[in-house]
Amino acid sequence: MSKRKLPIFATVLAIIGFVLLYLPMFLVVEQSFNASKHGQSWGGFTLDWYTGLASNSMVQTTTVNTLILAVVSTLIATILGTLLAIGIHRTPWGKKVGYFYDMSINVPVVTPDILMAIALVSVFALFRSWTSVFDPGMLTMTIAHVTLEISFVVLVVQSRLVSIGKDQIEAARDLYASTAGAWFRVIIPQLSTAIISGALLAFTLSLDDFILSFFTSGPDSQTLPLYIYGSLKRGVSPQIHALSSIIFGLTLFIMILMVLKGIRKERKLLKLTQSPKG
Amino acid sequence: MKSFDLQVKNVSKSFGEKAVLKGIDVFIKDGQFVTLLGPSGCGKTTLLRIIAGFEKADAGEVILSGEVISNKSPAHRPINTVFQSYALFPHLNVFNNIAFGLKSHKVPKDEIEKRVNAMMEMVNITDLKNEMPATLSGGQKQRVALARALVNEPDILLLDEPLSALDANLRKKLQVELKEVQKKTDTTFIMVTHDQDEAIAVSDRVLVMYQGAIVQDGTPEDVYEHPVNRFVATFMGECNILESERIADKLAKVAFGELVLEKDPQWAATTEGANAGKCCGGIAIRMEDIHVCTPNESFENNVFDARILERIFRGDYWELIAELPGVGNAESLKLRVMTDPDEIYNPGDNVKLYMEPQYLQVLDD
Amino acid sequence: MQTEVFEGKLTTRARMRKFGVLLTGPGMLWLIVFLLLPTIFLMVLAFAQRGSYGSINWDFSFENLKRLVGFSSFGWSPDNLLILWRSLKIAVVTTVLCIAFGLPMAFWIANHGKSMRAFLFALIMVPSCTNLVIRTSAWMTLLGPDMFPADIARFFGIIGAGDSLYPGSFAVYIGMVSSMLPFAVLPLYTSVERLDWGIVEASRDLYAGPIRTFYHGILSQMMPGIIASVILTLVPSLGMYVISDLLGGGKYMLIGNLIQQQFGAAMDWPFGAMLGSVLIICSVVSLIIFQRVGGKNFV
Repeated sequence: MSKRKLPIFATVLAIIGFVLLYLPMFLVVEQSFNASKHGQSWGGFTLDWYTGLASNSMVQTTTVNTLILAVVSTLIATILGTLLAIGIHRTPWGKKVGYFYDMSINVPVVTPDILMAIALVSVFALFRSWTSVFDPGMLTMTIAHVTLEISFVVLVVQSRLVSIGKDQIEAARDLYASTAGAWFRVIIPQLSTAIISGALLAFTLSLDDFILSFFTSGPDSQTLPLYIYGSLKRGVSPQIHALSSIIFGLTLFIMILMVLKGIRKERKLLKLTQSPKG
Repeated sequence: MKSFDLQVKNVSKSFGEKAVLKGIDVFIKDGQFVTLLGPSGCGKTTLLRIIAGFEKADAGEVILSGEVISNKSPAHRPINTVFQSYALFPHLNVFNNIAFGLKSHKVPKDEIEKRVNAMMEMVNITDLKNEMPATLSGGQKQRVALARALVNEPDILLLDEPLSALDANLRKKLQVELKEVQKKTDTTFIMVTHDQDEAIAVSDRVLVMYQGAIVQDGTPEDVYEHPVNRFVATFMGECNILESERIADKLAKVAFGELVLEKDPQWAATTEGANAGKCCGGIAIRMEDIHVCTPNESFENNVFDARILERIFRGDYWELIAELPGVGNAESLKLRVMTDPDEIYNPGDNVKLYMEPQYLQVLDD
Repeated sequence: MQTEVFEGKLTTRARMRKFGVLLTGPGMLWLIVFLLLPTIFLMVLAFAQRGSYGSINWDFSFENLKRLVGFSSFGWSPDNLLILWRSLKIAVVTTVLCIAFGLPMAFWIANHGKSMRAFLFALIMVPSCTNLVIRTSAWMTLLGPDMFPADIARFFGIIGAGDSLYPGSFAVYIGMVSSMLPFAVLPLYTSVERLDWGIVEASRDLYAGPIRTFYHGILSQMMPGIIASVILTLVPSLGMYVISDLLGGGKYMLIGNLIQQQFGAAMDWPFGAMLGSVLIICSVVSLIIFQRVGGKNFV
């Protein structure tokens, strides 16, 4: 799309939108350097909250729990979701089966978290009458997170599969590749970026989740969001702000790196298309 | 030496209710450059995909060198394809794209290197060895796709509208190259196209397809000069079609008079309508085959008085629209005539037009 | 069975499907065991009764449904219906606000160079990496009496001296929009990128007025994206209660709080299940409406 003139009010609204997204983030970062602990006012610059993180065992355990939960659930959801997407896409399903798959993938995306949470809690209680495996804890939380993430992974991978097109696999078969060969040498390499973005989305969902964790956690599986929610009445500790700032800074950093890489690639392409070629 | 003749025997295919191919029979000799020519939807691509193995025919067989290959997957057919979209693998560089088929066959590394390099040299892309497909121009992609298929030394190379994505100048240049490569490799090329100029320029043999059937099969000259029916006549280029009635041996009546023909039309008598009992049909004559007589020329027959209505500049020739006196609707009394740029006729001029009997092509319908 | 060619392989439809089942099997099994079955169980549970000490009494009746619309042993009270109404109102207002901000944001992002566009688009998602609870608690501080948003509001006379913006419905909406906005922008941006500007120019030729041009040329093309955006914001907003809990100062009981109470302190799972089932039906119905009107997938 070429540049078009946007009405001024639209630009203003867009900027307000970005402010709404980022204002709380800037406050979090500001508070993480603010020496005044509860103050809404500036009490001088400090790094104490960052160094303090090293000695706060509660923050450490919950952070480790959060990360383990995010990594494990992302791994499972990515594997299951990718297989699911490939299986749905490459098989000549009838219309009805296709619709059933569509619904199974789309319903979880729009269902409020709390519904998934209470449904799982109820059924876990039912399962507990047979086995203690489903006692609230890391396992039940992982199950809940995977269930939330699968659909998102499928949607991301599926949209990529559609854009790869049929002729890629036909070309591979034409060049004597076996079915497995065609998939591993041609489709999977092209799918890899989509699988990674699906995994990143799943990871983000896990980090962002509160409600599922709230309902399915046990006493030994406290995660950061739960810990923060519990300590809100006492006010958020600036150490939490420090930790959030680190996560925020990291994501921003990775993103800027990715964009810079994109710009370099674009420049290279531009140069190539400008040089005369036959 | 083994010959790689291809035989397509009574192949039919339908998608749902729609019959796309209706009993195709073709024999293609080793080393020919054959074009499947026809408008979109005529079934030419489906036929190509059946030969390649991407579609299975509902009935009929595909036989290569005497062996039935209809039930083999594309991976087991000594046939390679250049796809319309090229279908280059975007994650592999040019070298690895071309080497893909050889790697599938586990050809030793140094031989792969040798054959890929030789092939890149043949299609002039040696300097692109390490480029990724995204950075290539359309013409370069086409060459890579060609090299990727040919490096496997297939018995038959299939090309699905290989030049349709390129601009006119480049297309002409690549047509010549394609023909050269075909000669050099001595491989059977079967190309699908909807562009009659392209078909005429490159092929040894043209199969004109229409509505799931092959309507004419012959050399490009043959198909161009002697179209068998109205469809082929108009599809192969600008053409006047005269509605006519057989009145005697080698003599037909048209709206503006009587035409002497080279051979007797074999039209069947019409049984219904206003023309019942008469033998009617079309006679085609290309606009370049109608001659505008100079004052001192004279011919025995087929000379008609005409008045120029319009003159259209077409670059390397003039197109005249001439009106002839006679009975019938206005359209059947008009002829389109081609003249050289240096012969100037103006609207309103009265001229004599001559149609040589050998150029009057009697059509089937 | 008749063989066919699929992706350059000669095989039968049945064999392809068998392989498809193998691939989709693990994922579908997971979704069936941990999503479909639990949902069905929840709907069954909705018709059971609460036993003593939070146990479940499998005595099927419509008691919970009656309670939901307000009938109890003490007669009829509008409390639950009011909560439902309030939840719906907050969700709808949030959605409208999200579209109102999301549309210009989508256009604004699309109006940049290619890599800047990718950057701005990703920037929309970055705050979601920080947990909702942390971001909401940041709003609690930001909307306090000594911070600049309150100063601005005071300057315009919206609030009195010494008052703060938090807690209150203004704070709730700010928090809701701030957390739901990314999901609204996502599909909107995709459809702005796909816009056929030829149609926009044509309608400008025919109608001239900017409002009608926007309506006929742009909005009509973007309808699937807008519907996706509405669904992705409206349905999750319906169940969201953490934000109103924190920013509303506990005054704004929503259906989410009510459900959580039943599964928490009140120990009345069957009634909670009934509330949840009603919400599920709302979600699925809106999804089906979307699929009829719009496209197939959301992303």
